[in-house]
Amino acid sequence: MKKNYSNEDLHSEQGATISGQQQKAIVCNGLTKQFGSFRAVDNISFDVNEGEIFGFLGANGAGKTTAMRILCGLSYPTSGEATVAGFDVYKQQERIKKNIGYMSQKFSLYDNLTLLENIEFYGGVYGVSRSEIKIRSSDLISTLGLQKEAHKLVSELPLGWKQKLAFSVAIFHRPKIVFLDEPTGGVDPVTRRQFWDMIYEAAANGITVFVTTHYMDEAEYCNRISVMVDGRVEALDTPANLKKQYKTNSMNDVFYELARGAKRADN
Amino acid sequence: MNSVEVINIVKTYGEVKAVKNVSFEVAKGELFGLIGPDGAGKTSLFRVLTTLLLADSGTATVEGFDVVKDYREIRNRVGYMPGRFSLYQDLTVEENLSFFATVFGTTIRENYDLIKDIYEQIAPFNSRRAGKLSGGMKQKLALCCALIHKPDVLFLDEPTTGVDVVSRREFWEMLNKLKKQGITIVVSTPYMDEASLCDRIALIQDGTVMSINSPDRIVKNFPKTLFAAKANNIYKLLQDLRRNSEMESCYAFGEYIHFTVKADDADIVRISQIAERENHDGLEVKQVIPGIEDCFIRLTLDSGQKIMDRKK
Repeated sequence: MKKNYSNEDLHSEQGATISGQQQKAIVCNGLTKQFGSFRAVDNISFDVNEGEIFGFLGANGAGKTTAMRILCGLSYPTSGEATVAGFDVYKQQERIKKNIGYMSQKFSLYDNLTLLENIEFYGGVYGVSRSEIKIRSSDLISTLGLQKEAHKLVSELPLGWKQKLAFSVAIFHRPKIVFLDEPTGGVDPVTRRQFWDMIYEAAANGITVFVTTHYMDEAEYCNRISVMVDGRVEALDTPANLKKQYKTNSMNDVFYELARGAKRADN
Repeated sequence: MNSVEVINIVKTYGEVKAVKNVSFEVAKGELFGLIGPDGAGKTSLFRVLTTLLLADSGTATVEGFDVVKDYREIRNRVGYMPGRFSLYQDLTVEENLSFFATVFGTTIRENYDLIKDIYEQIAPFNSRRAGKLSGGMKQKLALCCALIHKPDVLFLDEPTTGVDVVSRREFWEMLNKLKKQGITIVVSTPYMDEASLCDRIALIQDGTVMSINSPDRIVKNFPKTLFAAKANNIYKLLQDLRRNSEMESCYAFGEYIHFTVKADDADIVRISQIAERENHDGLEVKQVIPGIEDCFIRLTLDSGQKIMDRKK
């Protein structure tokens, strides 16, 4: 499946293999981010395994976005350690960015570019070669069944289709890890499931998936989930174990029990 | 008299048909839910009913008043909380509330009973600017502002979108208290699990109402026996079941896979045999009662969309 590595790709591969001996996609140890006297992320530690679907949950304002920005190489922690795809969040931010994909509900594609232009743009930004972009984009368009829409503006696509395309674009450069920030908000139940089919498929192909969601049924689709409350990771386990621990059969109740004591809320 | 009546409303934006011939009514004092995803037409309906948007055709009344002819009457009688936070960000909590009270010719004191429970939760932040409030607090303030003139009908457009489970639960508790005071409430939400908290719901998709009934009735009308299965490798089980020619529909649902089979006389014994053929570790199969989300999926599929095929 993988071919036509550029020098940079080869370089990145080695970096990841040397430091990521334990097959961990993300290692986080005592990670902390302080804004003045406010501790947005408070000493969090967790690992994410390669190929895992990891649900990163938390109440509004718990510190998820801040933590995610650090892991995506967009912000420096105040203290603690973390590696993403084997790269250090302090010293190797650019390497991290090359090896991850990112998609959010709020921002994903350029509305005023066509589908194909969006794919080419993202492929180009991530250093995929021109010839490879050509091959992969025509594959992608036909897999999604969007041949007729390929030259239409993204703004003309229904929301559900935009989200599916956005996810495909986020993994177009075959990253090791993809970060999904509330990817399915407002999407209808059928499209939401088609979207999760794509997530399952990506994970089965070895891509680690790090996802936040407010839909508790989607938390169930994850291999493991963590729940952040007031900057700390208050729970981390498989959905089944968490439900057992809280003596309930719904993730909604687990989340409610954990988060109702939260003192913080977002803006 | 019904509190809200909607008859054959159509609204188009250029080539986009946002609302296609929608009709429903809401009884006085009812908690009525419009349940559907983004782009279903919920906001257009709210805007027509709150007299902010003219429909292409069809009629609608609120408290017996026509949305076109009697728009002034309606505006005094409804409270509206739009999907986007629409208070004044640089006024304080108290200033916002006073402003809305004054606009409607009343005072905070006059209708304080109605908002007391909600307002007390944000009162400690009285002098904070609305723009500096947390998401949950903004939501509570917006609700207070929509209630301050003691409306007969409250229109809430996706009040819980993007809000965490704890705040969502609190919000619905507030709605139930308001309902007890006799206010008619029309609320929209993309969260199917909130549907069961309404007296009656309309399931809406692509500008069309697919079903209107009480949540219980909608569930009872599910035409098939629904089964649930899980196994250690759930993605593989999903793929295997979908390949099975006896399957009718099959989709992930929380920790389980939900599915129906083509045969009408399927029982759990037979279903277990079908599932066991796939040879999965940790296999568990059971019959389950459908939820609103299962019904929504069913109606979507009946309208022609395929769940197994991610192509158009």
